[in-house]
Formats: sequence, structure tokens, C-alpha cells
Amino acid sequence: MSAVIETHDHDDHHHGPAEGLTRWLYTTNHKDIGTLYLWFSFAMFLIGGAMAMVIRAELFQPGMQIVEPEFYNQMLTLHGLIMVFGAVMPAFVGLANWLIPMMVGAPDMALPRMNNLSFWILPVAFFILLSSLFMEGGAPNFGWTFYAPLSTTYAPPSVTFFIFSVHIMGASSIMGSINVIVTIMNMRAPGMTLMKMPLFVWSWLITAYLLIAVMPVLAGAVTMMLMDIHFGTSFFNAAGGGDPVLFQHIFWFFGHPEVYIMILPAFGITSHIIETFSRKQLFGHTSMVWAMTSIAILSFVVWAHHMFTVGLPLAAELFFMWATMLIAVPTGVKVFNWVTTMFKGSITYETPMLFAIAFVVLFTIGGFSGLMLAITPADFQYHDTYFVVAHFHYVLVPGAIFSIMAAVYYWIPKWTGNMYDERLGRLHFWLSFIGVNVTFFPQHWIGLAGMPRRVPDYALQFADWNMVSSVGAFLFGASQILFLFIVIKTVMGGKKATPEVWEGARGLEWTVDSPAPYHTFSTPPKVS
Amino acid sequence: MSYQKYYVPDQSKYPIFMAFALFLLVMGASSTINSLDDPESNAVYVLYSGLAVLATTLFLWFRTVTKEHIAGLNSEQLQKSFVFGMGWFIFSEVMFFGAFFGALFYVRNFSVPWLGGEGEKGLANMLWEGFEASWPVMSTPDAGKAFALADKNMSWPGWNHALEWLPMWNTIVLLSSSVTVHFAHLALKEDNKKVFNKWLAVTVTLALVFVALQVLEYYEAYALYGLTLNSGIYGSTFFMLTGFHGFHVMMGGFMLAVMLSRSVFHNHFDSKSHFGFEAASWYWHFVDVVWVMLFLFVYIL
Repeated sequence: MSAVIETHDHDDHHHGPAEGLTRWLYTTNHKDIGTLYLWFSFAMFLIGGAMAMVIRAELFQPGMQIVEPEFYNQMLTLHGLIMVFGAVMPAFVGLANWLIPMMVGAPDMALPRMNNLSFWILPVAFFILLSSLFMEGGAPNFGWTFYAPLSTTYAPPSVTFFIFSVHIMGASSIMGSINVIVTIMNMRAPGMTLMKMPLFVWSWLITAYLLIAVMPVLAGAVTMMLMDIHFGTSFFNAAGGGDPVLFQHIFWFFGHPEVYIMILPAFGITSHIIETFSRKQLFGHTSMVWAMTSIAILSFVVWAHHMFTVGLPLAAELFFMWATMLIAVPTGVKVFNWVTTMFKGSITYETPMLFAIAFVVLFTIGGFSGLMLAITPADFQYHDTYFVVAHFHYVLVPGAIFSIMAAVYYWIPKWTGNMYDERLGRLHFWLSFIGVNVTFFPQHWIGLAGMPRRVPDYALQFADWNMVSSVGAFLFGASQILFLFIVIKTVMGGKKATPEVWEGARGLEWTVDSPAPYHTFSTPPKVS
Repeated sequence: MSYQKYYVPDQSKYPIFMAFALFLLVMGASSTINSLDDPESNAVYVLYSGLAVLATTLFLWFRTVTKEHIAGLNSEQLQKSFVFGMGWFIFSEVMFFGAFFGALFYVRNFSVPWLGGEGEKGLANMLWEGFEASWPVMSTPDAGKAFALADKNMSWPGWNHALEWLPMWNTIVLLSSSVTVHFAHLALKEDNKKVFNKWLAVTVTLALVFVALQVLEYYEAYALYGLTLNSGIYGSTFFMLTGFHGFHVMMGGFMLAVMLSRSVFHNHFDSKSHFGFEAASWYWHFVDVVWVMLFLFVYIL
């Protein structure tokens, strides 16, 4: 079977989108579903963010001011769960839906009806999770890592609803990932060999593999919890011969690859943006692919670095320390390639590029604090302090979330046909950049000084930096309202975008009109 | 030199109904489980209605896909998507069982010996002094208090008793069914539908026999040996691993039964086009491999 060569000429059988609400309910179109994912993720980002504001408001001063400790724990737990499963992951899936078929020259995702299902069960899962706030005993209060026995013996009754909502989120991720992998493996335009594939596609191929490998393990973990709580098993209960530490092993076997699930697509996005705005071909495309692959493989053998203080045998402490440090090598290759791409480039600093550069710098800071945490004897000091909070917020907020914002600014002209307001975009960037650093950098210091994480109150010596951190958080939170405004403004109108949008942008998505037609590439383009 | 268009359905109502079904199912299941002590609770009817909507939607959805295939909408490329999709779905199932096998490995090799005072972390023994590690764990650390004691376990009874040992028969039945489903496949490749139907029917029957034997085994465990979910970590791992496997046998057997009825009543499948059957048979082989692992790690070793 070989292809008829035809560029973007697609008026044979197509009609535009259906009218009304059912367009969104019944849709099988990858662009519609991408849009749904992105808006859902934005809503969850604002809800999870509001919870972060509650947390920072309570921590503004020592002592208990605003909420009860029980409610504080619920906010903390839901903030983590919503940001991980509701904001970051769906945003990446939304970007994958919008971009992968266009980038590989496919007519749509491989399994369009399942694509719709993967999206629509997400609101179901989060409706159930959020409804637990109004249940007797309150929402889950055991942290987003839901360690047993906090999440089993001592859990509120709503844990049952939490368990099933995690099952649904997992099903959504698995179906979404199967769709991504099948689309990439089976739907590439003729001539698009694996090594010619854009890096965002590569990053998602690896991410999808990780998701299919670990989401079922998470399902297994919550199933064991369910059985322990309600049906008398003793997986996580030493009195019956089980072990609470077993929970941590299973959870982090999921959890560590999950961390890379939330960063690999960011690597792909950053590579595209830096390439475009440096007006140079990306340095080291092949090494980028191998670096991401190595990171993905290593992610399966480092999980116990989250558990250095539980009492692991010495051999395990050493193995997981060295394996973790090894990850710095491929990560270093990536940072080197980004910097080298910018070297001697004709760089302009539009909003996506600002976010991408901030990503490289701030993600690297998060990576370095990760290296500090990887050193077992040092981790004994840092474990469960605010240093850890600072570390993972540096890789997730100016890491994953900045890359998502960069992607929105970079591709929104392709989605809507309108340019965003560059001045407001830059304002949003600078407010976010300052906000994020003022929020999280001082947390390194209060962590090293000994402030434990997950507490609603703290000793007086931590008061000053906590107040600074809260001020930064309010600034960061408020500037996201500006982001919402910019996005809505761009959707409503603005300067018309050309098909290529950016000078120097490479890739098939820039060969079609802006906004991209409802159906692209019904006949595959020829890739040379 | 022709290009077949990749069929993208315009719109579909099935996914949103399925999402609604999952909503009912999960709300119903959670509320039912949370009110197990409350005889007044009606939550279980929400669960049932979820199941009903789910079953209806699945039936209609699969029927549509089958009809589209018969109408010739599915290009070779699209059929390849189904092949990849099923493969990766089975991989996700492998990882699900992996979590439970991993838990079994961990308790057998690390936490139970440590509780018994052996090895690098044998300090744990001071929690329950006198607890002796052995596998299967017949007497839990807090024997007889929170967790019940079992009289007998399901492990290999020795060659003298091998034939009265149910898992042996289960193994024979399930391994044979993998062979019979392969015979069916071979017959189908030669367009011999009669032989295909025969071997497929034999496979479905073997699936039923397996489930029946497993019911018998569970009955013996609960009624005669006192081995329950509540018998500590051995009962936990035993019932969860064999239980999830048994559930997958039922699903796989059901899929094969659907394929049988499609073949017998609607004369579907020929040597060129039989992906539905093929996918079900892969699933069946997968379930078989899981059983071999179970037989080895849960029963024999």
C-alpha cells in the first residue's frame, strides 16, 4: 500500500464540526478532544491552585488562623492529586491530541471513539474525588502519596470513593496512552521514519509506554488498599504478616516513572520552542531521543530513593543512590543540547521562548536539588522537610507547568488562528517567573533549617521566609488569572496568524492553515 | 498503488454513555462497600444500573465496530491499529498482575523473614517476639487476634496426593484450553468453519470447567480449611492473585463465547478476517501464561 501524494487538500468528504453541546459530548475529532482536555486541565489547575492558596494563607503566619488542621490535610492531599492527575497529565494529553496527528501527518488519532472515552471519564473521576469534600469525615487527608496505614487503618470513609476515582483516572491514562502509541506506530505519513519524528512525538511515545507500564501498578496498589480496608486482607498490615513499607514500594514503582511522565513531554515541547526561536536546527536530535529513552528505562530502577529513611538494607540504599545519580547523565545531555542550540542562534524572546528558557534554568535548579536528595546520607537530613517540597515544586511548576504554558503560547495561533497579545504574554511570564521563585526558593532554606513538610503550623524561626513564600504564591496565583484572560482574549480574536506563525518553525503542523482545519491530512503528506 | 482512507467515525454516542455507566458503577460500588453494615442501603441498585448501562453500551459499541468491518470501512491500516491496541492492552494487564506478583515476592523474600528475625532487618522480630517465619504463613504474627488462623494451605501436597489436588486439574484444564484454541485458529486459517466451531466450543467448555473447579477450590478453602481473605498475608496474596486470575478467565471465556456465537449464528470470520477471534485468543493465551506463573509461585514453590 503506498500513498497518493497530496498536500493539504482536504475537501473530499469533510464537513466542519457539529453544532451545539453534543459536538463536545459525541466528538471523535482529535482537535475537539485536545481542546476538551486542555480546558479541563485549566479548570483543575485553577481549583488545585485555589487549594494551594488556602495552604499558603494558613502558612502565612505561625499558629492556626484560617482552617482546621483536618481541613488543611484535605487541602494538601487534594492539591497534590488534582495538580498531578487533573492538571499536568491531562494538559499533556490534550497537547498530544492536538499535535501528534498533525506532526506525524495522520488524519486523526488511531482509535477516535476510545479517545473520546478517555477524556470523558476524567470529569467523572474528579467529580467523585471532589465530592468527597462534602462527605462525612471529609475528603482524603493522607497526602497525595496516600501511604498506608494513614490511607487504610486511619483513613476517612471517603477513601473508598478516592480508590475508585484513581481506578478511573488510571483507565483514562491507559486508554489515552494506547491511542498515542498506536497513532505513532501506525499512522505516520510515508517517509516519516522514527528518527525523523519530531521530539514532542518521541517524548510522548516514551511517556505513553511509561504510563501503560505503571498505571496498572497504581491500580494494583489501590486495590490492595481497598481489600485491606474493607475485606480483611493484610497486605499493608504487619500484624497479618504484610508490611506497610510494601505499600511504599508499590506506590513508588508507579510514582517514580510518573514523575518522568510529567516531565518528558515538557522536554519535547522545550526542544521545539528553543529550536524555533534560536532559528537553528536543534543540536543533537538523536542524542535527545536516546537521553529520553535512558531516562525512561532508569526510571524503573530508582523508586526507593523516595524511601531512604524507612529502613532499607544497606545494599538497597547504595544501589538506589547510584542509579538515581545516573539519571543526571542523560538529563545533562539534554540541557547541554538546549544550550548549544541557543549558542550563536539568532534568538528572539517571544513569550514561548521566555517560558522555555526559564524552564531550562529552573528545571536544572530542581534537578540539582534532586541530586542532593539522591545522596542517601544527606537525604536522611532532608527527608520530609520543605527542601523536598522546594525540589519537586521546582521541577513541576517552572518545569512541567511552564512548559505547558510555553506550549499554549507557541501553538495557540495554530489552534485559534489568532496571535495572543505579546505584551500581556510577557507580563504573564515575568509575574509567574518572579512569583514562582519567590514562592519556592525560600523553601529550600526553611527546609534545610529543619521545617517539616505537611504541617499547618510551624516553629517561630521559620516565620519570615514562610511569609515571603506565601506572598510569592499569591502573586503566582493571581497572575494565572491573567493567563486565563489572555487565552480567552486570543480565542475571541486578535491579529490573524499566518500558516507558519513563527519564522523558523519546523514541522508539519506549520504547513497547514491557522487555525488548523477541522480535519487535517485525510491523505497523508509526503515527508522527505 | 492505491491508498485506502483511514476510517474516522464522525461522532459517537457510545463513549459518553460508557462514561455515565462508569460514574454509576463507581458511585454505586463505593457507596455499597461503605454501607456493607447497613442493611437499609439501596446503593447496590446504583451499582446494578451502572452494570446494566455498561453492558448495553459495550454490546452496542462492539456491534457497531463489527458492522463497520463487514461494511468494508476498516482499511488494513485501521485493522493494524486494533492489533496494536489489543497488544498494548494485554501489556497493561501484565503490569497489573505484576503488582500482585511483586507484592508476593516482597513478602516472601523480605518482610516475612524480617518479621521472623532473619536477615538484615530482622530487628522487626521484636514487634512480635516468638513469631517464626515460614511460607505459607499459617500463623500470623498476632495469631488469632485480628487475623484468623488457617488449618491448611493450598500448596503442593507431594506426588502421592497430586491427583486429588485441585490446582493440578486446573492446570491441566487451562493448558489444554490454550491448545484447543490454537487448533481452532489453525482450522480457521484453512477456512474449515466446522472444525473451528468445534474446537472453540471445546475451549469455552474448558473455561467453564476451570471456573467450576476454582469455585470448588474456594469452597474448600473457606469451608474446610478456614483459609480466607482474613487469614493474614498468605490468604491475602493467595485469594487476590487467584481471584483476579479467575476473573480474567471469566472475561476471556466470555469473549471466546461471544466469538463462538458470532461464528455459529452469524457465520462471521474466515481465513482472512477474524481479528475479533484472534484478539480473544491472545487474551486467552495471556490468561494461561498468568496461570503458569501462579502455579509456580503461589502453589508449587
